[in-house]
Amino acid sequence: MNFEFNEENEKKFNNLLKRYPNKNSLTLPALWMIQYQEGWISQDAMQYLAKRLELSPMDIYSIASFYTMFHLEPVGKYNIQICKTLSCMLRGSENIKHIIENKLGIKAGETTKDMKFTITEVECLGSCGTAPCICINDDYVQNLDEQKVHEILDNLTHEETPK
Amino acid sequence: MIQKIVSKNFDIADSHTLKVAQANGRYTSLDTLFSMSAKEVVNEVGKSGLRGKGGGGASAGDKWNLIPNPSDKPTYLIINADESEPGTFKDRQILEFDPHLLIEGIICSSYAINAHHAYIYIRGEYVFWAKRMQEAIDEAYAAGILGAKILDHDYALDITLHRGAGAYICGEKTALLESLEGKRGHPRLKPKGKEPEWFYGCPAVVNNVETIASVPYIIKEGYEAYRAFGTKQSPGTMLFGMSGHVEHPGIYEIPFGVGMLDFINQVGKGVKDGRKLKAIIPGGSSCAVLRGDEIEDITLDYESLKQHGSSLGTGGMILMDDTVFMPSVVKNLFEFYHHESCGQCTPCREGVGWSDKLMGKILDGHGTKKDLDTLISLSDVLNGKTICVFAPSVAFIIDSYISKFKDEFYSLVK
Repeated sequence: MNFEFNEENEKKFNNLLKRYPNKNSLTLPALWMIQYQEGWISQDAMQYLAKRLELSPMDIYSIASFYTMFHLEPVGKYNIQICKTLSCMLRGSENIKHIIENKLGIKAGETTKDMKFTITEVECLGSCGTAPCICINDDYVQNLDEQKVHEILDNLTHEETPK
Repeated sequence: MIQKIVSKNFDIADSHTLKVAQANGRYTSLDTLFSMSAKEVVNEVGKSGLRGKGGGGASAGDKWNLIPNPSDKPTYLIINADESEPGTFKDRQILEFDPHLLIEGIICSSYAINAHHAYIYIRGEYVFWAKRMQEAIDEAYAAGILGAKILDHDYALDITLHRGAGAYICGEKTALLESLEGKRGHPRLKPKGKEPEWFYGCPAVVNNVETIASVPYIIKEGYEAYRAFGTKQSPGTMLFGMSGHVEHPGIYEIPFGVGMLDFINQVGKGVKDGRKLKAIIPGGSSCAVLRGDEIEDITLDYESLKQHGSSLGTGGMILMDDTVFMPSVVKNLFEFYHHESCGQCTPCREGVGWSDKLMGKILDGHGTKKDLDTLISLSDVLNGKTICVFAPSVAFIIDSYISKFKDEFYSLVK
């Protein structure tokens, strides 16, 4: 098996064990820990977690595949999630999507060859009052217009020393 | 029109920090709280008429009364911070600008139901808000506001923040509990009689963020002060949202009973670019749509919207001007529901997908009148034949949009 928690996550995991009446509740928090540690959730990691929680690997897979925010395949360094739901649509999210697709040369659902960008279309980000909205990895960018999208993508594309 | 009870501190700089929160009245309800018995707190909240603000609108006091007292098992309070109904973005304002108000509300409510551990289930996308909430929880622990002795009172409470991972259905309270128990977020069958929710077989209350954030005011000022706002059956205030084609989108707190049109024109500054209001969804996408000309007499409370054939829901209104083509709106909503159906019940899993495909075909100009008839008949397949109200929401969409904007749908089919 090629996965195990790093020191920080090991500590977090053990602390969380004390906070729930049953360790099954650790499934979601632990999947998040795996994703932040590795960038995605591999089968090895799911098997590791199954062992830690005394569940079957299929239990873990069944849960991981239910929640859309878990990546069961690697994604780009920047995962650009475009909200397409009604309030964002009414405020021009379709146009924002086209700009992003054209600039990066990939369609929604795809990743650039250099693994730098992934575009994902997502349902409601809960940012209806500041629509249109995208989310890059964990950060919301709200009240978007064409200029703002160009600026953001240019900055990320020309970034010389990736952080 | 604006009446700030829950949103009182939203505009204050650094209101999310404990220092500023305390300087602006947070945690001052706790002295009153601990001078009351748990039963008295439940009664006070019951008498205030506080209704659940997550969409259902059930009485908070009634819900709390379902918890067995005394109970031989631990009791849990679970906060639903999974708001993801399109058009709804109110709870995130509380999490962002006044997380200590939520903690104060959790302390009051946990005390009332004799819970010593509360969980906040927050939607996965709200990473910033989860961090902010966690910082507030950490501050509260460090200040002795949470933990073994709450501000030296003989009462212990822990709060644990739990992140979801992008499943709309986990905002449904029983799906939320399943998810919190580490499973897929599949809603549970409803019991025949009234009983509490169950978390690992122990009694639990699930309440929305805004509902719980309303409790400290009631405890501190008394139920009559809360009842002074709103209407008889919908007492108090609510955080209403406006998005879509409106000049000033945002979240505003007003008492129940305000005229919908007045709210849109005075607070939202009217329809964007001075255009005509074509349609409005009153409180999140699962409420039946209203035509612009139908809202003149509507007041913002549960009863008025029900009378007018829709519902108040979460109070998150989506406005649409006269440039909007309704079949495109329906397609957009179907895509949402198709994507978010949990897949547990066949009528929902298959029916919502089928509706989405049919609407796509019709919108692309390949649909026939028979396709439209099939779509209309799917409403019956979806309504009342599933475990939760997700599929019926889609039925409301089919019924309300097609009946109110008939010409636009029929113009697309041969």
